Amino acid sequence: MSQAVARHEASAAAVPDHPLEDLIRSDRIPHIWCPGCGIGTAFAATLSAMKGCGLDLATLCMVSGIGCSGRAAGYVKLDSFHTTHGRAIPFATGLKLGNPKLNVVVFSGDGDLFAIGGNHFIHAARRNIPLTVICLNNLNYGMTGGQAAATTPYLARTTTTPAGNHEAPFNLPLLAWASGASFVARWTILHIRELTECIQKAFLKNGFSFIEVLGPCPINYGRRNKEKPLQTLKLYQEQTIIRNHADPSDLEIDFKKKVVLGEFVDKERSTCIENYDKTCRLM
Amino acid sequence: MEFWRVPFDAQTIQVSQGVVHIIEDRCKGCGYCIEFCPRHILAFSSRFNKKGYHPPEVLQPEGCVNCHYCEIICPEFAIYSVEVPQPPGG
Repeated sequence: MSQAVARHEASAAAVPDHPLEDLIRSDRIPHIWCPGCGIGTAFAATLSAMKGCGLDLATLCMVSGIGCSGRAAGYVKLDSFHTTHGRAIPFATGLKLGNPKLNVVVFSGDGDLFAIGGNHFIHAARRNIPLTVICLNNLNYGMTGGQAAATTPYLARTTTTPAGNHEAPFNLPLLAWASGASFVARWTILHIRELTECIQKAFLKNGFSFIEVLGPCPINYGRRNKEKPLQTLKLYQEQTIIRNHADPSDLEIDFKKKVVLGEFVDKERSTCIENYDKTCRLM
Repeated sequence: MEFWRVPFDAQTIQVSQGVVHIIEDRCKGCGYCIEFCPRHILAFSSRFNKKGYHPPEVLQPEGCVNCHYCEIICPEFAIYSVEVPQPPGG
């Protein structure tokens, strides 16, 4: 009996666990994200950045809003917070101000952060609250059935714009830059090594950092725009160009031209907490 | 390894070797690992997993150079590679 147990243990030891197994709630895996969805890859990049950045994992916490990307907070085996719709940044602000030793990561989607939560985003960037905001941009409202979002490109087909989107989308890095974010970057889920390094940098940055991650939504966006997930990744491969410190107004997402990726802003600005301590606390 | 033009230090560089592990029941068959493996050693298998997808299988286990790209692109935490320790001096 004991020999069998020993043999079983030996075979279990022979196949090591997935390197991120200790950071995910494996009992909830497989997750709800569709086959080919980019959120899983961006989430895995965030987890490996957490592991590699050298910060104490007990001080890291993840906050998500509502939407497909919002589910991330439920899959991470750290302190995490699944908040009300659009209010991920206010909850994260509260966490950070209540305990400034925490490293708070907001992981959410474009609809949550920029449509219903747009105002919270610009004010958190204006105040320069030390948060890391990772926005998975899949160009539509994926969870509710693929409606046109604030980031849907001009002429893209969605359930609410069957003849093509007539509205102009947000340029998210420009919005973040104009609101005063101290670190702004954009990558796709194909540029994972760059993305992971960039997230690590953002964790260590003292100030509001924003990273936009482009990821495919094969079921709701890709299907209506004749893009299989692998075709979307091919677009990311062929129609993107890396240009660090590019002019934020050149960062429109138009895959007919080149989409610019890279780290666009990395500046020092006094944070909300420092300014508050200077003016309101007698130290 | 085949080179179009052999680098000058090709003799001194040690190419690492890896073993690919696949957790088949987590796979949803997106095919990213198969498409983007730089050595093209993966392919869809013909069997089904618990969820009804075809998980990948390793065609040439000796071809893996432990670059971890399948591991980091997999959205499902379903594939990863582990380095094979090189014999010292070999």
